[in-house]
Amino acid sequence: MESNIKLITDDGLRLDGRALNEMRPIKIQTGVVEKADGSAYIEWGANKIIAAVYVREAYPKHAQNIDRAIVKARYNMSGYSVEERKRPGPDRRTMEISKVVTEALESTIVLEKLPRAEVDVFIQVLEADAGTRIASLTTASVAVADAGVPMRDMVVGCTAGKAGGKIVLDLSKDEDNFGEADIPMAILPRTKKIVLLQLDGNVSQEEFDEATSMMMNAIPRISEIQRNALMSKYNVEEGE
Amino acid sequence: MPMDSNAVISEIRKNFMLESIKNGKRLDGRPLDEYREIKITENFIPKSAGSAMVELGNTKVVAGLKIEQGEPFDDTPDNGVMLLNIELLPMAFPTFESGPPSEQAIEYSRVVDRGIRESKMIDTSKLVIESGKNVWMIFVDIDVLNYDGNIIDACTLAAVTALKNAVIPGSKLGEKDFKLPVNATPVAVTMWKLGDELICDASLEEEQVSTGRITVTISEDNNIHAMQKGEIGEFSLEEIQKAIKTSSNIGNKLREKYFR
Repeated sequence: MESNIKLITDDGLRLDGRALNEMRPIKIQTGVVEKADGSAYIEWGANKIIAAVYVREAYPKHAQNIDRAIVKARYNMSGYSVEERKRPGPDRRTMEISKVVTEALESTIVLEKLPRAEVDVFIQVLEADAGTRIASLTTASVAVADAGVPMRDMVVGCTAGKAGGKIVLDLSKDEDNFGEADIPMAILPRTKKIVLLQLDGNVSQEEFDEATSMMMNAIPRISEIQRNALMSKYNVEEGE
Repeated sequence: MPMDSNAVISEIRKNFMLESIKNGKRLDGRPLDEYREIKITENFIPKSAGSAMVELGNTKVVAGLKIEQGEPFDDTPDNGVMLLNIELLPMAFPTFESGPPSEQAIEYSRVVDRGIRESKMIDTSKLVIESGKNVWMIFVDIDVLNYDGNIIDACTLAAVTALKNAVIPGSKLGEKDFKLPVNATPVAVTMWKLGDELICDASLEEEQVSTGRITVTISEDNNIHAMQKGEIGEFSLEEIQKAIKTSSNIGNKLREKYFR
């Protein structure tokens, strides 16, 4: 959608005052859904997303995999999470997101350690403000780790894109709506392998390289926030 | 990718396949980046506003357009509408079922749609009849008749061909019919990872053995308009960069050959 909004101001900053490679603040907290085996809540800028994980015997029985686990992530948006009410239930967009998030998690969970099991990941977007799929994946992987599911690494998501002719990190809502391109990506920080990658818009191949290297630089910081969230849960118990 | 009883591929055959690919040749003799024979039949459905049947080896898809008048979306009163949908018909594969679209069908539809939409192939601002009230709506319906791998590329070829031939029925308004104005020719190139190699235009068996899929859609401006990593598996950044280069090269070749 074309627009005349000026996304980059004359002093080279973005509309919300961030530098081109500056992330919005991120906060993650674990153990937020008591009934679930694992859970995590993230505030990523104005995004508020909660994820809960149940690990159980897959049902019905004929759906079980005898040699490995099934993973089902379900990305769901609350009716009040966006500007105009979102009709509850899955639509084409949320189904696609559920699929790519599931596949990213499946790439990191050691499936063969949990034969016949099902790892259900319920993601609820309470407030959406651009970048929900990677914020969901980032918090979902903390929730999966919180549930004690064996993983190779915790997936870290990030977006970059093009807005006002510049490559920027962690798109805001305006940049998402009126910018030229949006590139969500998720990697396993230890090996730097990409487990989720999408792109829509218009970028040259050089701009794509610029965007990915910007995200690669940001990912260790997000990874640290994830690890601190997991560890802080156990620190509390240690003191008791 | 769909699995059937044949998807249980013996370790011997799988290793033979991977070994062969490592040496630069696939089991059907193709080099890693070569497509199967592509056959495009334009205007396959004369009753439609534009159509094409695409055969990619044994993969067979038909795209057909209907162009009707309708109300624009509230947030884009001065743009026409394009809606694209892929049906994975139950006849196309043993495990496909009728009923609401599967996650796979939705993902494929959205990837094909993104490539066409974001390349600005269709200038929807030229499809307005009366601002905010009446616009041309382009319905792109793509049916997969036989699934033998690489549906995204086949469907993109079919949709782009159909759109290039599309005629807007202006006569319904007492004006003249006119050709749908198109500005770009996006080509989707999907690659699969087998062992440490990336191959193009995977057959069904290759899809079933692969560990990861990546689609890159580029148009003649040489810019990237859509990307999608699919299936379980991981890619390094170098592999992604290689995939972009390959997509750019193959896209240019296919455009030269089929869309001159």
